[in-house]
Amino acid sequence: MSESGYTGAQPRMGFFTDTSVCIGCKACEVACKEWNDVPEAAGLDLLGTSYDNTGDLGANTWRHVAFIEQPVSSVDTVSTVDSVDLGMPSVGAPGQAAEGVRWLMSSDVCKHCTHAACLDVCPTGALFRTEFDTVVVQQDICNGCGYCVPACPYGVIEKRESDGRAFKCTLCYDRLGAGLEPACAKACPTDSIQFGELDELRERAAARVATLHDDGVAEARLYGHDPADGVGGDGAFFLLLDEPEVYGLPPDPVVTTRDLPEMWKRAAAAALGVAATLAVSFLGRRR
Amino acid sequence: MSSRRERAMVEPAEFRSYYGRPILKEPAWKQPDVPLYLFLGGTAGASASMAALAGLTGRPELARVGKLVASAGSLASVVALVHDLGKPSRFLHMLRVLKPTSPLSVGSWILTPFSGLAAVAAGSEITGILPKVGTLAGNVAGLLGPAMCTYTAVLLADTATPSWHEGRRGLPILFAGSALTSGAGAALLLIPCAETGPVVRAGLTGATAELLATRHLESKLGIVSEPYRTGRAGVLLKAARAFTVAGAALSLGARRHRAAGVLAGAAYLGAGLCTRFGVYGAGVESAKDPKYVVVPQRERLARRS
Repeated sequence: MSESGYTGAQPRMGFFTDTSVCIGCKACEVACKEWNDVPEAAGLDLLGTSYDNTGDLGANTWRHVAFIEQPVSSVDTVSTVDSVDLGMPSVGAPGQAAEGVRWLMSSDVCKHCTHAACLDVCPTGALFRTEFDTVVVQQDICNGCGYCVPACPYGVIEKRESDGRAFKCTLCYDRLGAGLEPACAKACPTDSIQFGELDELRERAAARVATLHDDGVAEARLYGHDPADGVGGDGAFFLLLDEPEVYGLPPDPVVTTRDLPEMWKRAAAAALGVAATLAVSFLGRRR
Repeated sequence: MSSRRERAMVEPAEFRSYYGRPILKEPAWKQPDVPLYLFLGGTAGASASMAALAGLTGRPELARVGKLVASAGSLASVVALVHDLGKPSRFLHMLRVLKPTSPLSVGSWILTPFSGLAAVAAGSEITGILPKVGTLAGNVAGLLGPAMCTYTAVLLADTATPSWHEGRRGLPILFAGSALTSGAGAALLLIPCAETGPVVRAGLTGATAELLATRHLESKLGIVSEPYRTGRAGVLLKAARAFTVAGAALSLGARRHRAAGVLAGAAYLGAGLCTRFGVYGAGVESAKDPKYVVVPQRERLARRS
């Protein structure tokens, strides 16, 4: 039986997003929108911070490519590994050669947590765990209560304004059922987004980090791969080149329903306190 | 009052983020729907229990007022919840399962029978039809009342919203206290002096719990206490405290002066509204700023390693 409680012959499927080979092309965003018929998000707007004008995941954005521009000392940059100076134009004014710039790109997605808070708190049962051990909203059951929205420790799921119900990545549940890989993984030109059996992806990711460390990319690290983390590990995990918060990811996410037994006990104790207060107030003294 | 001193004691938070953008989504619930739902539900719960006890101890006016407030409050609370869903028929989806892992599911199963029973009790009280059924319904609603007062605290605390989740120890006590003072407030507004004794006593206990729990939220949660004492939420919670203290003081004169009772009732109800809107607003603020996500989580990681 899997950690999430699902028992089935089908192995758990997921994503490994290796951001070290992401080129920020956003083909995943487009493929996702096209396949899943996801409507326009906030309109065509420029955020004015980077080449990322999508901003974040939401009801109308199920893949989001983050783009981070960082000033770094040129010796630290990944691009200097085994590279030859071709005399190409550089970024910045002449004389700034000592300072380099590095670009970090990462395609973010719903993490399909092992212990999914959105699924736990959903009062209707609209959010469910599929035979692929992914987390999906049944749109005909969702009643738009919005409880999943603040429950998600990653800020992924959101209510669609025009509709009132909650939407998020389904890990292309329909394509998986037909033996296809999700649209984003299919469209990714560099295999930054890898789809497959989670166990196998975890092995592949560990090997990739080891390779990068051997190549001198000491900052490479995995995120969401560990079944011992606060959400029991993610079905969609990442290889990052900086701290998670730089990519807009929480450094130590926790499924808050973990504390629910304690919270129910405290609420019950407080309710008993109300009952006792009233009983004493009414019965303690006549009048 | 002491907010400036307290703020200076917290070291300026250093953290990294994605262009300062929020990590979490803000709670999707509408204002004023959901803060009102919290306020009305708590008031109704405490009123139903007061009404049942008043009936058993021979205080007819308090029993009558309590039943009417419980019914009106819980029905209005259902209306606020349904309005938040957008389509009324969607509320029925809440009742297709009972999920202990979802405080909103458990809450729906408390709120729905409670409001039905409270309506039966109030209907019987007004029309005089089926008095025994009305009394029975009122007594069962009275038993559910305390649960109505506190389940909403779990509803808020069981989210990733930093100031709510980290406040999970204080919120049930705050909501219990606030429900008691709001219930007492509604009663003091409407009943004659002779029956105010138990209401005043319950209100004083509720006020004490409320003040202690607010203090806990405002000062004991590290950086995520900040939203409880700054901005609009901070103003609302300070106003709540002032209203609570005023209500408690005025209630001491309620046995002799009707005017004191009415003013105390109004102050208690004002406190309840300010508390619910303040707590709600603090949660929203804590979700907007990545600081409240990154800094506590980094501290947790540092403690672990």
